Order: sequence, then structure tokens, then C-alpha cells
Amino acid sequence: MEKIDTSFFAKEREAELSVVGESVQRADARGHVTGRTQFYEDVTFPNTLHLKMVRSTRHHALIKGIDTEAAMKVPGVVRILTHKDVPNNWYTILKLIGVGPDDEPVLPEDRVLFMGEQICAVLAETPQAALEAARRVVVDYEDLPPVFDVEAAMTSTPFKKDGTNYFVYEGHNCRRIRFGDVEKGFAEADHVIEHRYESSPIEHAPTETTGCTAKPEGNGRITIYSNTQALYFTLDNMALILGVPFNKLRLVGGTVGGGFGGKVDVIVEPIAALGAMLTNRPVKYAYSRAEEMQVSSPRAAERIYIKDGVMKDGRIIARKITLYVDAGAYCRHSTYGTTKAAAHMPGPYTIPNVHVDAYCVYTNRTPSSAMRGFGVTIGDFALESQMDQIARFLDMDPMELRLLNAYRDGDMKAHRKKVDGAALVEVIQAAARQTGKQLAPRFAKMSSMTREG
Amino acid sequence: MKHSVVSLTINGAERQMLVAPGSTLIDVLRESQGLTGTRRGCEQGACGTCTVLVDGKTAMSCMLPVETIEGAHVETIEGLTPPQGLHPIQEAFLQGFATQCGFCTSGMIMVAAALLAKNPNPSREDVVRAISGNICRCTGYEAIIDAILDAAVRIRSAAHAEAA
Repeated sequence: MEKIDTSFFAKEREAELSVVGESVQRADARGHVTGRTQFYEDVTFPNTLHLKMVRSTRHHALIKGIDTEAAMKVPGVVRILTHKDVPNNWYTILKLIGVGPDDEPVLPEDRVLFMGEQICAVLAETPQAALEAARRVVVDYEDLPPVFDVEAAMTSTPFKKDGTNYFVYEGHNCRRIRFGDVEKGFAEADHVIEHRYESSPIEHAPTETTGCTAKPEGNGRITIYSNTQALYFTLDNMALILGVPFNKLRLVGGTVGGGFGGKVDVIVEPIAALGAMLTNRPVKYAYSRAEEMQVSSPRAAERIYIKDGVMKDGRIIARKITLYVDAGAYCRHSTYGTTKAAAHMPGPYTIPNVHVDAYCVYTNRTPSSAMRGFGVTIGDFALESQMDQIARFLDMDPMELRLLNAYRDGDMKAHRKKVDGAALVEVIQAAARQTGKQLAPRFAKMSSMTREG
Repeated sequence: MKHSVVSLTINGAERQMLVAPGSTLIDVLRESQGLTGTRRGCEQGACGTCTVLVDGKTAMSCMLPVETIEGAHVETIEGLTPPQGLHPIQEAFLQGFATQCGFCTSGMIMVAAALLAKNPNPSREDVVRAISGNICRCTGYEAIIDAILDAAVRIRSAAHAEAA
């Protein structure tokens, strides 16, 4: 493998690191190549019940009734769980780090907010019987108008339990950054360049679908074999949902057949554990591929407006950003993702006037959540596309435009933190070198650590 | 519907098993034989992670009703692994950093085994074609392709050493 380029910031490497910069074998690789790595599904128990979900066929509807009579007659069906069985039905994943309100039911009570939302859980002796019975549950819906567009949702009738179709950040309808005076900046700029950027939801599609098996133990505890990426979120939320002390639950996991952020929600474990508690039998709840694609949280769709005040020489003197994160029907990790998006703006550039409004908006789409750099990745796509648009408009080299505006140590960021440890200049210089590009002398000798260049 | 008895040779051992109608090869391998190294991915023949060898050819075990392969020789990742140490393909994957989450690894290695048995000196294109039915969502394809090419070299030089 290629060694890491250590020629930059040599002084900071004086700690004589023995692992950084070296290739070290993964601890789990031998298990992977022999097939002996134990994933949750490799641990099985006799007498296991299989759980299949009845899911909403509507985007937004009132539930007028649930008829389980025909389903209960399917041979092998043991029990059907509804919200009435859940001790503490309302939760939100990040509750334990102070995020509120509880905006999501484990199983919905009187309404569904997205297509595919789980409504009730069938427990049966075989997966086939559970599927057959789930098909026979009759849900009586009364359709309500759905909203799928973030900007429309901001002004349409609230459909959430807690009043607004957006997350409330410390009394505001969005995360805000205010630095300098953008309107003054636009007035002074030679050009004002404005574009809209948009992304669709992206599904992680892990090769191993989300799932778990919950097993009641002789000592009154429940052991949950899970492929969650977030054992402690899961443990804590389960304890709160089930109303049991933390030490009654044991999570076994950490081996994940592809996660990418798609397995940090707490969806399958509380219901499987509830089923195990109520039947005193092991319960397995695993998504099918179709469920993984339809109902597991994707990366949020985003819509981002960027308006820049730009001087003829390429300096950006004002940047106004309006950003919408489509959280889908429930909060999950999107409120945190939106904060990250705001924290990431206006990109790694020193701009004296910045105005950012970042909205976390609820719609009747599949709830979105974590995925590799969520909140940042799409923002970066928008920011860097905008930089290219500006370079094209001014007929400037896109690397040199970025170097001209790059933040360097000592600059004040829009969040009122002084830049420290910046490396953008050096990264662009290295990229130029590797692609055989000649930077103008002024840019070739720039440094993040001095004001030179 | 009644269960039926199916005989298979699995990793060299003759096995008889009672199977429900419609049971797939992966059900039998994982559930009645305890061979969990064969991973269940999509159950619709789309991801290739459940690939095993049936009479030397690759097969997606999630798509194969076990009653249709009565008498077949089946090889899984457990059968490929020697009692001591590793198979050259496994060595190449290990040393070439060709695993990430590990969930596609068994299928990738079984595909590689079938390819190298047929074609000991594959081109990069041959390898790409061979693994084209196997999905690695960690997107570690380059390392996997390199590892399979490296395994081909390892197997050829071992054969050469043996002949000399």
C-alpha cells in the first residue's frame, strides 16, 4: 500500500508515531476470509419466533381500525403486537443527549406519516406464516393530504404531534449563522451569483439487511443479538421504551455487514425485545431486501440555495445560504445532521459576510438519518459546485479561485472561531502537483501557516 | 406438503437431510448444517454474497431449491479453508486488505476459486467479469480484484514449486 505523504507539516509529526502512516492488518480480517466472523444472524436458537411487520400502504392517513382476526387464524401465528403493547411508545433516538421532543411512536397510534411505516408486528413459528398473517391484517385508513416538498412543508398545515413541520432550534425555526452584513456585501460586490442545488435521498443498501434476535434469559434479562452500529443508543432507547432498568438488557453486536450510517437508528430491537418479553421466546426481526430499501432511513434529500457577492478578482465578500434538510416523517438523526450542515457552512473559505439558515423539515417521506458525513456531504457538493460556477463565470482557474478564498490559520470563521490547523492550501497544492497542473507563483508559494502569498 | 430427504456431498462429506418443499440451498447450509460462512444478503439473486460452488460451478445458494440438486457436490468457504493456515486466495485477500465489513467476502472468494480453477492466469478483465455478480457495498472492488490476481500468482508459483 502507498505510504502517506509526510512531507507536509513535518514539525507536527515529531511525536514519532509508530502506527500512523503504516499499513496494519485488520483484527477481523482472518475471520472475514474464512467465513468465521460471527454476524448476528449466525447465532440461532431453537424455538425462535419470526416477526414480520404490517406496513402502511399510505403516505399520510388516519388509522380508523386494525382487524387482526383473519391473521390470527393463520396456522403458526402466536401473537400480534400493536402500540398498546409498548410500555413507553414515544421516543426520539437522541433523547439521551438532550434532543427533544419525543416525536416518533414505536408503533403508530392513530395515524401513519409515511408509506412503509410499521403498524403492527406479527409473531409466528415460521417466517412464511408471519408473512402470510401480516398480509391478512386489514388496516382501515382515512387518507390525509401528504406533503413531499420541504419548502411546501414549511408553510403547510402541521402534521406532527408537536405542532410544527420543522425542528425548533432554541426557539428558532432553523439553525442560524449571522456574521457581518451580507446585504451590504452584495451591494458592494461586482457580481452577485446565485444557484440552487438539490439532492435525492440515498439508500445505503448494506449487503446484510438490518435485523436482530432478542432472547429471554433464565435470569430475567434479555440478550439482543444485533447488527446495529450504535449499541449504546440501542441499549438506552430500548430501556426507556420497554420501561426496564438498563441492566436487564444485554446487547451483543458490533459486527456489521455494511452500515454506512444505515444501522444507527433504533427500530428493530425494541419490538423484537418486546415480543421476547411477552412470549418468553427468542424473537427474530430481520428486514427483507425490499424493507431495507423502502423503510430503512436513507441519507436526507437536501435543497440548498447559495447566493454569493463576488469581486472581479475572485474574492467572495458575502455568502447567503438557505438550506433545507428533508428529515422525512420523523426526527431521528436529522436534527443533528442539520446542525452539522450549518456548522460546515460557508465552506473552508474566509468570507467576511455570512448568513445561513439551515432548516430541518418534516415531510411524508421515509425518515432520513445518518449516512457517511451526513449534513456535510451534500453541503460540500453544493459549495464546491458553486465555487466552480463562480470560476467559470469569472473565467478564473477553479483551483486558484479556491486558494484565493481559502481560510488560513488565524482567520476568523463565520462561527466566530479562529482557524487553527488549516491545510486546505497545501491539499490544493498537492492536488495540483499530482495532476501536473502549474499554479501561478503567487499560489504555489502560499501557506496555511503564514500570510505569505 | 411433505418434507423430502435430499442427499448432498457438502465439503467432501456425504449428508442426508430432511427438507421442506421450496427450501433453498442456503437454508440447508446455514440452518441444518451450521455452515454460517455462507452469508444471506438479498435472497433474490442480486448481490452474490451467498455464492457457493455446486459441482465446481458458482451458484447463488439463495436461489437454488435444494431438491433440484440431489446428489450434487457443494463447496462452501468452510470447505475451502484448509485445516491449518489459509488457502492462497484467503492469504491474498488478507494481505491485500481486500476485506472491509466482510459480508461479501465469502462469496467473492468462492467466485475467485471457481475462476482460478478454470483459468489459472486470468486478465484483470476476466476477474472483473467473474465478480460482476457480486456486490461489495463498502466498494472495495479494486483491492478485491488485486487480491484475486495476486492469488492467481500464488497458486501458479506453488504449482510450479511442486512440479520442480
